[in-house]
Amino acid sequence: MALKDITLGQYFPGTSLIHKLDPRTKILAVVLYIVALFLAKSFVTYLIMFGVLAVAVAVSKVPMRSLVRGMKPVVFILVFTAVINVFYTPGDHVLVKVWVLTVTMEGVWNAFFMVVRILMLISCTFLLTYTTSPILLTDGMEALMNPLKAIHVPVHELSMMMSIALRFIPTLIEETDKIMSAQRARGADFDGGNLIQRAKALIPLLVPLFISAFRRADELAVAMECRCYHGGEGRTRMRQLQYKTGDVVVLVAMLVIAVAVGILGFRGY
Amino acid sequence: MEAILETKKLSHIYSAGTPFERAALLDVDFTAYQGEYLGIIGHTGSGKSTLIQHLNGLLKPTSGQVLFQGTDIWRDAKTTRETRFQVGLVFQYPEYQLFEETIYKDIAFGPKNMGLSEDEVDRRVREAARFVGLKEEQLEKSPFELSGGQKRRVAIAGVIAMEPKVLILDEPTAGLDPVGVESILGNIRDYHEAHNATIILVSHSMEDVARTVDRLVVVNDGTLPYQGTPSEVFQHGQELEAMGLGVPQMTRVFNRLKGMGFDIGSSVFTIEQAKKAILDTLSTGGGT
Ligand SMILES: Nc1ncnc2c1ncn2[C@@H]1O[C@H](COP(=O)(O)OP(=O)(O)OP(=O)(O)O)[C@@H](O)[C@H]1O
Ligand SMILES: [Mg+2]
Repeated sequence: MALKDITLGQYFPGTSLIHKLDPRTKILAVVLYIVALFLAKSFVTYLIMFGVLAVAVAVSKVPMRSLVRGMKPVVFILVFTAVINVFYTPGDHVLVKVWVLTVTMEGVWNAFFMVVRILMLISCTFLLTYTTSPILLTDGMEALMNPLKAIHVPVHELSMMMSIALRFIPTLIEETDKIMSAQRARGADFDGGNLIQRAKALIPLLVPLFISAFRRADELAVAMECRCYHGGEGRTRMRQLQYKTGDVVVLVAMLVIAVAVGILGFRGY
Repeated sequence: MEAILETKKLSHIYSAGTPFERAALLDVDFTAYQGEYLGIIGHTGSGKSTLIQHLNGLLKPTSGQVLFQGTDIWRDAKTTRETRFQVGLVFQYPEYQLFEETIYKDIAFGPKNMGLSEDEVDRRVREAARFVGLKEEQLEKSPFELSGGQKRRVAIAGVIAMEPKVLILDEPTAGLDPVGVESILGNIRDYHEAHNATIILVSHSMEDVARTVDRLVVVNDGTLPYQGTPSEVFQHGQELEAMGLGVPQMTRVFNRLKGMGFDIGSSVFTIEQAKKAILDTLSTGGGT
């Protein structure tokens, strides 16, 4: 399988209502969602959170299998979390007892909620990156972080670095793919051998990759300078971010849900 | 003629199962014969690189088969690896794959991976360097001190040093000046003659391909519409033009002349050939 097929955080162009929301709205909504997720305690609140996510996914028209594919890298973390929770939650309703390991009813429920929580957390952030182009995403971040300029945080520079990094990830992945193929054609073996052999096998990949990354960085810097880039001072934007009615509705709804889940969670639901 | 490399109903789909799904090859039946000099042409994005990466097992077919000397190269892992040594592939812009401290070591990377003895590796490195016109004293230099064209020679030498039975080159002359183009095409011909190797040259320059290859395969949108000697393929001038390819300028002129009723040779691709054909025709008094 080619490296390119990794869909982690990839943007799926579309025209759904969610695609059209202001990036700031989406970022804030995701933050609110995550906060609410940590306030949720039991069935009722989890069901609400799941409902919100399901509606968002349905409206966004992001294919389910793409979301599922994105989950693959975290399977290990999920299993690990589940196992830890199952065995290390103290409780009264003992289900099984093997040697020093005890499995309690509480542990099973804990593990279940924990896994569901992580899955929903990842899904909602994926939904954000799937429906928002990297450029809009960084624009939104920059706008949201703008107040930090007052305490001399270089907000513009940070967001510029982020957009450049995001822009070059696919390029670097493609380049890695190409160099790997070229070295494989000369008999390089990237998947065999012990740890040391594997580390050594990476040299023919990493050296050309770094060289080309530096070359690209150099070219980009020259190209930016040629167009008189000199940082954020006094820069205007081609795309102006603007809140619309939909944004207000989504934000208010999300705020209400978060508060409701918070109160319900506090009461133990 | 005996087939050395074959594909049977080969299809390849990139990023299958995502919104970016794209069929790059569709039911392709391709054959390369032992010892021939074969050209592959097609416009940008037609599937040339995809096709040749199947020929040495770098890409796995979505469906269909790739046979090397009659054996499916995906039969087992060992066969696949063996095939990579027998079918050498020089990538598009190969100069970006160099990584060693010295040119010598970089050329030796392939032969070393084959598990050859020190002496054999040494012999092959020196011979490959000679084929591409690198001097002995350059071998101990860093490849990163070289110019782009020289780097490309080193990269080509790195594949030639494995002494493959089939040498595939993806656009080896892209971005070079006319002198560089001539000399690289000459190096490839030398290797072809010295080892009786099968050469597969990928290009979208009709002029380059027409005067070097014995046989031509046209790739268009993942299929192979035409195959044959250059003059046979150039009979389809209009269809080729519709694919964004076009025939060499001289061939076009001569096709027109023939259309106007002149009895003149048709396998003309270069100015030299054109000159000869015109002089021949004049001396025998052909035409109307
Ligand atoms: N790694 C990849 N992932 C997805 N699609 C790809 C990939 N590589 C190639 N393609 C697509 O497959 C098609 C064929 O590409 P290929 O590289 O084989 O073309 P080509 O004939 O070699 O073109 P060129 O003359 O530009 O080198 C193109 O449309 C390209 O967009
Ligand atoms: Mg190509």
